[in-house]
Amino acid sequence: MSHFFAIVRRDVRLALSRGSDTGTVVVFFVLTITLFPLGVGPELNILARIAAGTIWVAALLAAMLSMDSLFRADHEDGSLDLLALGPLPAEILVLAKCLAHWLTTGVPLVAAAPVLAVLLNMDAEGFAVLVISMLLGTPALSLIGSVGAALTVTLKRGGVLLSLLVLPLVTPVLIFGVSAIDAAIGGLGPRPHLFLLGGLFLAALALCPWASAAALRLSLE
Amino acid sequence: MHRYANPARFMRYSGAILPFAAGLTALLIGTGLYLGLFVAPADYQQGESYRIIFVHVPSAWLALFVYTNMAIASAVALIWKHPLADVAGRACAPIGAAFTVLALVTGSLWGKPMWGTWWVWDARLTSVLILFFLYLGYIALADAFDDPARGAKAAAILALVGFVNVPIIKYSVDWWNTLHQPATISQLGAPSIHPSMMIPLLLMAVGFTTYFVTVLILRMRAEIIGRKIRTMQLLQVQKKSTPSANVDGPPAAPAAESPS
Repeated sequence: MSHFFAIVRRDVRLALSRGSDTGTVVVFFVLTITLFPLGVGPELNILARIAAGTIWVAALLAAMLSMDSLFRADHEDGSLDLLALGPLPAEILVLAKCLAHWLTTGVPLVAAAPVLAVLLNMDAEGFAVLVISMLLGTPALSLIGSVGAALTVTLKRGGVLLSLLVLPLVTPVLIFGVSAIDAAIGGLGPRPHLFLLGGLFLAALALCPWASAAALRLSLE
Repeated sequence: MHRYANPARFMRYSGAILPFAAGLTALLIGTGLYLGLFVAPADYQQGESYRIIFVHVPSAWLALFVYTNMAIASAVALIWKHPLADVAGRACAPIGAAFTVLALVTGSLWGKPMWGTWWVWDARLTSVLILFFLYLGYIALADAFDDPARGAKAAAILALVGFVNVPIIKYSVDWWNTLHQPATISQLGAPSIHPSMMIPLLLMAVGFTTYFVTVLILRMRAEIIGRKIRTMQLLQVQKKSTPSANVDGPPAAPAAESPS
């Protein structure tokens, strides 16, 4: 367990000391959202209608953008090989990396989301559900994305390929995340959607580390 | 199972099967098309344009069937390191992607006269579109590696992840669709289908399956022959670069027997 948290602490420290990683992802998130009123037009009722979907799609893209660096930096300086030789099984190593990734990108995205919801004139009833759905959904994104990151870590230009691999797989997260907010705004209970989102997160938590670990072992062969 | 892992044996057996599969395909699709286009009556609601289902429905079935095959081949390749399963998985992907495109295009051709629009965000259309992206991801990943063996392995992992995900995507898209779909065009219903239409449909479905088998065998044979040629070229280059030393070097294994 101490090894697990050592890796999490190391990754979080690395990300914070560089600073640019976390910051860039949030700026990308905000910038993408800013583009929508420019593209769609400033009518507040239209923006309110598309707010939930826009925020979720932008969060999805921001998470994918940061996914590429999950294993890459460690692979390039060789520390990934050392970590793989260390006492932790690859599956647990993947979990630690995902937790660190979520803490440094998922949490800032969740924190930024309500502010953007205000900018997009989202209905006040959706705010709490937006935060809850993103708290459940972003860790699932980190976990599913880790499979793609592990598969493409040895490729020189893996970034675009990573998005192509992972985006189709995360569509369920997007659907239930947005449905929960829409249901809350529409006066229906968001609970079933949130439960399904939680189910997706738990399924990803149980299954993705195996696939990522298999992919990592293949990449490190 | 490893009895059939020997590429030379595979080449022999598949060469024997190939003409039968091809003949059966021509027979089934020919009969199916004739019965479907000329014998089956026109639909009382949709007129003649319903006849596109004889191509559309089998393609949609095959799109899923091929993905299932690809996932099984990937599992076999990863678990038993079966050398031909690698080849089979990679050979499946473009065929499946082609069937998916065919299903999407015929669906949209049918949608124009029926729904008045080329594309609706219908649950089935959307999930087939996502399936198409899964195929594209598989192909892109398999081709991204310099070493084809690594590419095949990485793609196999992706195929299995995708296979677990396909039902989840399907159900979530259904759910999303029932929430957002305006109810006007969603329900055409599935009326019980008359035998005069059912028989050609089944013939076409089986014909498409044998077509898939035919093309799969062709692609696998081409891949194995391609590897043989590559090995022979490498040997030739080796011989040229060391003209005297390599005369009694390591005996070149018959390329067809080498698994990679």
